[in-house]
Order: sequence, then C-alpha cells, then structure tokens
Amino acid sequence: MNLKEWIFTTDHKRVGVLYLIGSIAAFVIAGIMALLMRAELSTIGPTITSNPTQYNVWLYTHGAVMILGFQIPALTGFFANYCIPLMIGAKDVAFPRVNALSVWLFYVGVILACLTFFIPDPPDVMWTGYPPYSTITTGNTAMYSFTVLILGFASIIGGVNFLTTVAYMRAPGLKLSKLNIFVWCTLGAFILQLIFVPVLGTAVTLISMDKYLGTNFFDPTKGGDVLTYQNLFWFYSHPAVYVIFLPFIGVVFEIIAAHAKNMVFNYKMVVYGGIGGIVVMSGEVWIHHLYVSGMADWLRIGQMVTTLLISIPVGLMMIGLIGTLYKSSIAFTTPMMYALGVVFLFLIGGLTGIPLALPSLTIAVSDTYYVVGHFHYVMAVAGTFAIFGGVYHWFPKVTGRMYNEFWGKVGFWITFVGVNIVFWIMMDVGVQGMPRRYYDYAHFPQFEGAHQWMTLGAGILAVGFTIAILNWILGAMKGAPAGDNPWGSPSLEWSTVSPPPHGNWPTPPSVSEDWHPYGFKKA
Amino acid sequence: MHDKLKLATGALATLLLAAPVWASAAAGAVAEGAMVKIKDPAREWDHLWHEVIVDISIIGVLFALVTAWFIWNSRRRPGNEVGASTKLTPAGAVGWVVLPVFVFLSIDLYTAANGWVLWNSYRDVPANRLEVKLEAGMYSWDYTYPNGVRTQNELIVPAGTPVLLRMTSRDTLHSHYIPDFRVKEDSMPGRITYLWFNPTKPGEHIVTCAEYCGVMHGYMAGRLIIKAPEEYAAWMKDEETRLASTVPESAKPAAMPAAATKKSAKSAAKKT
Repeated sequence: MNLKEWIFTTDHKRVGVLYLIGSIAAFVIAGIMALLMRAELSTIGPTITSNPTQYNVWLYTHGAVMILGFQIPALTGFFANYCIPLMIGAKDVAFPRVNALSVWLFYVGVILACLTFFIPDPPDVMWTGYPPYSTITTGNTAMYSFTVLILGFASIIGGVNFLTTVAYMRAPGLKLSKLNIFVWCTLGAFILQLIFVPVLGTAVTLISMDKYLGTNFFDPTKGGDVLTYQNLFWFYSHPAVYVIFLPFIGVVFEIIAAHAKNMVFNYKMVVYGGIGGIVVMSGEVWIHHLYVSGMADWLRIGQMVTTLLISIPVGLMMIGLIGTLYKSSIAFTTPMMYALGVVFLFLIGGLTGIPLALPSLTIAVSDTYYVVGHFHYVMAVAGTFAIFGGVYHWFPKVTGRMYNEFWGKVGFWITFVGVNIVFWIMMDVGVQGMPRRYYDYAHFPQFEGAHQWMTLGAGILAVGFTIAILNWILGAMKGAPAGDNPWGSPSLEWSTVSPPPHGNWPTPPSVSEDWHPYGFKKA
Repeated sequence: MHDKLKLATGALATLLLAAPVWASAAAGAVAEGAMVKIKDPAREWDHLWHEVIVDISIIGVLFALVTAWFIWNSRRRPGNEVGASTKLTPAGAVGWVVLPVFVFLSIDLYTAANGWVLWNSYRDVPANRLEVKLEAGMYSWDYTYPNGVRTQNELIVPAGTPVLLRMTSRDTLHSHYIPDFRVKEDSMPGRITYLWFNPTKPGEHIVTCAEYCGVMHGYMAGRLIIKAPEEYAAWMKDEETRLASTVPESAKPAAMPAAATKKSAKSAAKKT
C-alpha cells in the first residue's frame, strides 16, 4: 500500500475511506472528551481537574468535533462518497479532483480542531459560540470560526459534486424512481447543506470580526444585537440536524431492506412525503432552539406549530421503516442489530422531542439535561448507531473481508445497554432541574448518585464502541474472504467485485426494466 | 379485498392511536372546571407535562410493540427465506399516507392548542404583581425592588403575590432559572426580557443559571426566599431604613451566603 497514492487519490472509494478513517479518529477524540467530562462529574467538586476552563474546553471539543468532525463527514463524506457512485452504476463522481480537495479540507479542519489541545488559549465557547461570551473570552474564538468555515466549505463542494453526479451519471435505465433510499436521503441532505451552510459561515465570520476587527454586529452598546447571532446560527444548525438525520436514516433503510430481504414499504411515501417534506420544512423551525432566548412571542408560537408539523414527514419515514419489517425475512446480523437499535432509540428520541416543541413546556426544561438526553437519543446515539451499522453493512464491500459476527453483536449489546443507562437517567435528572454545561453541581447535591450512574453507563458504552472499532481493524487485516454479495442484495453496489477496482466495474452496468434495488427474489 | 383489509386495519390503528389523545382531552376539560382562581403556571406545567408524557408513552409503547411483533414474526427461518410483501396498489399507497398524516396532524394540533394555552399563562402577568428588576452579571444576580432596595443573589418575596422579573445583563448571556417554579428566560445586554411566577407559600428555592455564561457558569446560583407577607413587610421596612441612612451609591451588597458565591468571587479574583 502506497501512502502517496492514497493522499493524492481521486478515486471516490479511497476518498470515502479517507473520510471514514478521519471521522472515526475524530469520534475517538471527541469520545475521550465525553469520558473525561463524565469522570469529572462523577463527584461534586473538583474530581480530575480543578480548572473549570479545562472542563469547558472538553465540552466544546466534544460537541464541535462530534458534529462537524465525525457525524457529518462520516455520513456525507464516507457513505455518500463510497456508496453513491456504486449505487447509481457510475465509474466515479462527476468531479473527482474537487472530491479530493474536499477530503483534504476535511483533514485540515480536523487537525485544526485537534490543535485545541496544544495552543495556550483553547476555545471555550461551546459548539454554538454565542456572543457576547465568544467575543470577550480569552479563549481563541478565531480557531472556532476557521474550523467551522473549513469543514463547511469541504461539505459545500461535496454537495455540488454529488448533486451533479446523481443528475448526470446514472447507469442507463436507472430512473429516478429506482434510486436507493440512501441516495435520495443524501441528495436531500446536500440540498440543505448548499442552502444553509453559507448562513453559518456568515455567523462565525461576524463573530471573529467582532472580536478581532472591532466591528459591532452583536454588541448592543454600539448598535448591534445579541440575538442576531443565535438566529443566524440556528438558521443553519437546525437544518444541520436533518443533514445528519437524512443520511443516517437512509443507511438504516438500506440495512433493513438488505437484511430483511424486503421491498421498502411505500417507497414513494418515503421519498416524496418523508424526505421531500423534511427538506421543505427544515428551514422553518429554528426558533425552537430560541424558546427561552427572548424572541417575540408570536414567533415562538408560530414555530411551535411548524415544529410539531415536522413530526409528519419524520413519522412517514418511521412507518416506511417499520412497514419494511412486515412480512420480511430478518437475519439478525450485526448491521441489522444496529439498524433495529436505531428504530427503538429514534422512537424514544423522537417522542421525547414532542414536549420540546412546545415553548410552554420547554420553558422549564430548556438548557437542562433533559434536552441533552433527548438530542443524544435522537441524533447523537441514533446517528452513531446507524453509522456503525452502516460500516458493518458495507464492510465486506470495502475490504473484501468479513468482520467477526460474534464480537460484533457483543459490541452492539454492550453499547446499547450503556447508552440507555446514560441518556435515560440524563433526561430524568434534567426534568428535575439539572442544568447543562456545569463543571460542578454543588447546589444540586441530590443528583450525585445519578451522575455516578451516568459515568458508569458512559464507561460501558465506551467498551462497546471500542470492541466494534477493534473488530473492524482486525477484520480488515485478517478476516475471512467475504465474497462479492454476502447479503444477497440486488442493489447495484453489490454487483461488482469486493473490493471494487478503480472504475468500479470492468464494463459499465446497465439495468433492466424489472430490476429494482429492493427487488429481492427467492434464490 | 386484501387491500381493503389493509385499509381497514390502517383506519383501526388510527383510531387506536388517536383514542388516548382525545381521552386525555376530555380529562383536561374536567380538570379545567376545578381550576384555582390565581393562575399558577408551574402547576399547569406539571399537569400538561404529565399529560404529554402519558400520551407519548402510549404512542411509543404501541409503536415498539408493533415493531417487536413484526421483527419476531419475520425472523428468517425455513420457508421464510425472502421477504413476501407485495407492491401496494395506488389506493393503498395513498391511504398509507393520508391516514398517518391525519393521525399525526390531530396529535400535533391538539398538542399545539394545549401548549398555547399554557404559554398564555406564562406570558400574561397578573396586574397585582411585585415588579423587581434584575441585572445579571458574571456571576451574580442583582435585584432592585421598586423602592430602590437592592439585594444580591437573594430574591426575597412575599407569599401570595405574583412576582415579575424584568431582566437584563451587563456582560454575557445568563438565564434566570427557578427549577421549582418551572420557569426560566435568558437575559442579555441590550434587551429587556421578563418572566413571572406565583409564590404561594413560604419557603426557600434554588435559583441557578441555565445559559452558558463563562468559566464559572456552574457556580452561578442564588436563592429565592419566600416569606410570609408580614415577615416580608418587616424585612422590607428594615431595608428601607438602612437604605435611607446610607448614600445611594453604596447600595447594600448583600452578604454572600452560598459557598458557591464565595468560590466564584475567589476565582474571579484569581483570573484578574
């Protein structure tokens, strides 16, 4: 294996694998931050550090790196890069060199984020970077702005690339009505990225201008307004939730269809109602992040209604998933365990979001551990389970080898138990009043026991994730040969050899009238 | 025939899902008849929260049971090597969109209506209120009463009078959160925000900061002390005489009671 070949590669599969390696590294780093925080919170008062700033830096790194360095790049970097050209029968993406540029930018962003640990004034502004704190802190806000800008730019050029690829490079005969659900989901996510990332770029740029160049966009004593930043930030960052949600639920659709060998239930409902509905509605709900920020009352009520209505497209997608299980033939493989895990975790996460759609109920639980528990269930954990399941699912295609099924399931169950301990308890103490982003909870001594349980749960889930990652590394090095199509799926990516050669197929594939990516037939 | 059966099942499922929602609507109507005279958003919050949690639990358990049943029934075994579901007819496909949309829509609108009613309780402040100004800063709460009396980190109010806080901040974002009264709202420089609550009986409650405001965010805490009206009047009289006997600038910096406050002051000193 030639390192130079990998660095300068323009092959979409290698770019994808580079994204995967980088994002898993980011996941490990951000995961260690979470464990450090949990260790610190296991007792009242200083536990492993007596410096609150140290804790705030961990918290900042955990949030920013998990979202911008792990989930978005793993989903729209690895899965989109690796799977989309294969699923549509293309030789590569439309702009292979632009694709290579995007992965370079991604690595620059991750390295920049990791420099946090080596500079004397690490950023401590949380992943949201709210002013006025971010403009008066001694921490390095510019570092935050540039990390966001570079990762955002990587994502935008990826979006242009994939929209073009799907529009122009589909195999002969592959109509839009025969695209994999994952391809549709990723298209939706990239449309959102293209529309909304520039808004985030504006927000973080203005923050740095306020701090370093003496402008006053967010300083009310000189004519600015504090709330403007929060609006700009969430105008992007709520759609960003769907940038994560859409591809991860797409991965879950692929896994469930392949391992249950069944048609996706009501394909058109999922594509038009579910994905289309989410793309259309995701930009009209950001105020629900600002329910206690002091926004106008009518706006809070208006977006309460839009927030509740977004349950409709999301609900249709859930019906699509559960309907696919009906009258199917389920093999309980490791990827399927993760996918089914997502269904249950997302059910808990989605339903606990309903109270948070109401400003009147949010007024008590906003900025508490309830919110933290909810979004970990719905996005963080469900998304991570989908990513892990997806890596297991396409592992035989990427490496040509098989992972260890036994240890895969062991890892799944340990993680599943761990996350439920952590985040269920987290929601419970949140309802009782535990605020988030606390280095210490001296005035809430009644929660010490719950915090210790959460720390224990975090330790358990870390063991589970470690087993999964070790399973991949060992499987890639010395797993048994997997064959070209171990799951017996008609989806196009399984029709080539494993691992696919440069150019993907010796002769470009074309599809027949009666072919469908979910048209499973009796062997 | 088969598709009609499917549609009928869908309709039945719709009714089953919607039933708990309407049932609790009826229950809510009964409870409303017995509402107390002075509004108490905190208690209304408990009521609505409980109701919503019950509703989502029912929906969640139903969905989970259906899913678990599908999974168990569909396990791969001899004679079931490949999925057997067939393509939906056009009517079936449309039906499976329209029915769920109506179920979700009815739940959404019902929840929204309830949420709006409670929201009005939180935002409509009773006229007979005690109005206190609050300036938040890193890391303390400074209260100013209508007569100019000031306290720090201790909000002292009489039982039985609704309290309105008009809030702003002198530095970063803060959020005045009283967990026992289920209420918080951010304060920030350049804007005035408000919240109100109804202290019904004497007691002491934690006030804590819920919006990340800086290094010592976790230590930014104070107390809400509710006194019996006559005790409050006596305390206020003492404060007034003390205020009159001092120059206005040196407004009383209240004794810092909580250990947390001491810590935060110490570390603030360390920082500078």
